Amino acid sequence: MVEFLQFTLSGIVFGMVYAAIALSLVLIWRGTRLLNFAQGGMAMFTTYVAIEVIYKTHSYWAGFVIALAAGLVLGAVCELTVVRPTTGKPPLNAVIVTIGLLILIEGLAGIFFGGQYRSFPAAFSIIGLRVGGTPIGVSRFDVFVALAVLAATLVLAAAFRYTAAGLRMRAAAFNPTIARLSGIRVGRVLTVGWALAGLLGALAGVLVSPSTFLYPNSMDAIFVYGFTAAVIGGLDSAVGAVVGGLILGVVLSYAGGYVGGSVGSDLTSLVALGILVAVLMIRPDGLFGGARMRRV
Amino acid sequence: MSDEAVSNGAASNGAVSNGAVSNGAEALAVEGLVAGYGEVIALDGVTVTAAASGITAVLGANGAGKTTLLRAISGMIKPRRGRILLADHDVTGRSPEQIVRAGIAHVPEGQGVIPELTVEENLRIGMMSWRGKRAARGAAMEEEYARFKPLADRRRKLASTLSGGERQMLVIARALLARPRVLLLDEPSLGLAPRVMAQVMDLVVRLSREHGLTIVLVEQNARSALAIADHGVVLNLGRVVASADAATLAADVALRHHYLGF
Repeated sequence: MVEFLQFTLSGIVFGMVYAAIALSLVLIWRGTRLLNFAQGGMAMFTTYVAIEVIYKTHSYWAGFVIALAAGLVLGAVCELTVVRPTTGKPPLNAVIVTIGLLILIEGLAGIFFGGQYRSFPAAFSIIGLRVGGTPIGVSRFDVFVALAVLAATLVLAAAFRYTAAGLRMRAAAFNPTIARLSGIRVGRVLTVGWALAGLLGALAGVLVSPSTFLYPNSMDAIFVYGFTAAVIGGLDSAVGAVVGGLILGVVLSYAGGYVGGSVGSDLTSLVALGILVAVLMIRPDGLFGGARMRRV
Repeated sequence: MSDEAVSNGAASNGAVSNGAVSNGAEALAVEGLVAGYGEVIALDGVTVTAAASGITAVLGANGAGKTTLLRAISGMIKPRRGRILLADHDVTGRSPEQIVRAGIAHVPEGQGVIPELTVEENLRIGMMSWRGKRAARGAAMEEEYARFKPLADRRRKLASTLSGGERQMLVIARALLARPRVLLLDEPSLGLAPRVMAQVMDLVVRLSREHGLTIVLVEQNARSALAIADHGVVLNLGRVVASADAATLAADVALRHHYLGF
């Protein structure tokens, strides 16, 4: 029973990180129907920016804030420079471009920051918390991870729901033609979408790197999990991305935890793949995508 | 039967008045427009003028180029040749975002509401081109709610819950919120019940007569369009084949049989 609680809680923490990546994918998917394969690579790069800032300033929070700002800028720059020119071309062009962008970013990270594994600091203690002497499987930092993603998600959701900018983004995503005819500068909206996606990715990178180490490919696996989470949720739904992330995080935690040992850790990626295939076969629209389609 | 020469003659500002209530000035002039999709030429040298505060009906069969004409005017497609003048200002080649700010609002055919958004959100989109204050936006929205009562009752509901007639009200209200001088309407009566369709046509007349809006009305239903229009333009395979008073066109039996199907 204690084990179950531990696995569940640590699964939720990792699930929140997957949810952040999934949300960033959903943001771009809804605006452009494009899957950004470079999302993980962008997050890795901004995490390197964070680690350099932390070494220079000896302040974790300076690195944290600058990583998020770098994510915003990197997202906007990528959209304006390499994605924008694919507008109006076959969709596959944009997909290839984001894959090329991933290779480029990982190559640049190798050149600038080197290929060796680097440890990334955590904002708070990573010693497991105990309740009445029993370890509950999560640390103070894990709680921060979950709360940070939750806060980012809620702020974004509120902004989408209640601000004019959010309405512009939703209108542009649902019907770009109507949006443009109403005077919404859809191009600008897409840039903002990429910037926000870059910010969410940067957040995920900073939060997950203390437990994965940092190297040019360190976010590849996290991206795959985030992508799986987004597909579970239906790629179109922000709520779905969060729920998908949590489901995936918890299931992978059980798989890794109960099987145990090296088999368990190898099993997690296999289980993720299994879930991805199962969702695509049984319910290609995901848990939430289908519901929305029916409502319309 | 008159042809392009009529429109060309009207190209010098205020020279010819076609509409019964027109003040003679042209709000919108399209000159020698050529536009298309890929290899296909959908508009082949089209010249059309819309008198200020009048209703200009653009008629013709499927594929005549009516919708393409509106799409070219609103910037959705870039013309290959020709000019588009809004009150003598050249707006050719501008993006839709710029065109709506210049004062031309385009209500596209069907699917104009965004069903995933609420009625109020759909309306707020119409004011995205504004710089105005919050209070002004609220007042403008209340004005539209007063004009379209059924929308006021459902402002918090999703637009997907509206009937066909209410959806048409919503897209017209949204276009009006952009404060246009020229309103382009593409098949506003399509798929509506006859009674609702009459209401929409009545609304179009009031917008022109009472609010001085210049209206370009694309209609498959030529009879009802000519009944409310001041001036009519008939397109066929991307060319203007007739341009005259609405009454003249409606009385031209040969033209009606040949191009308009009634």
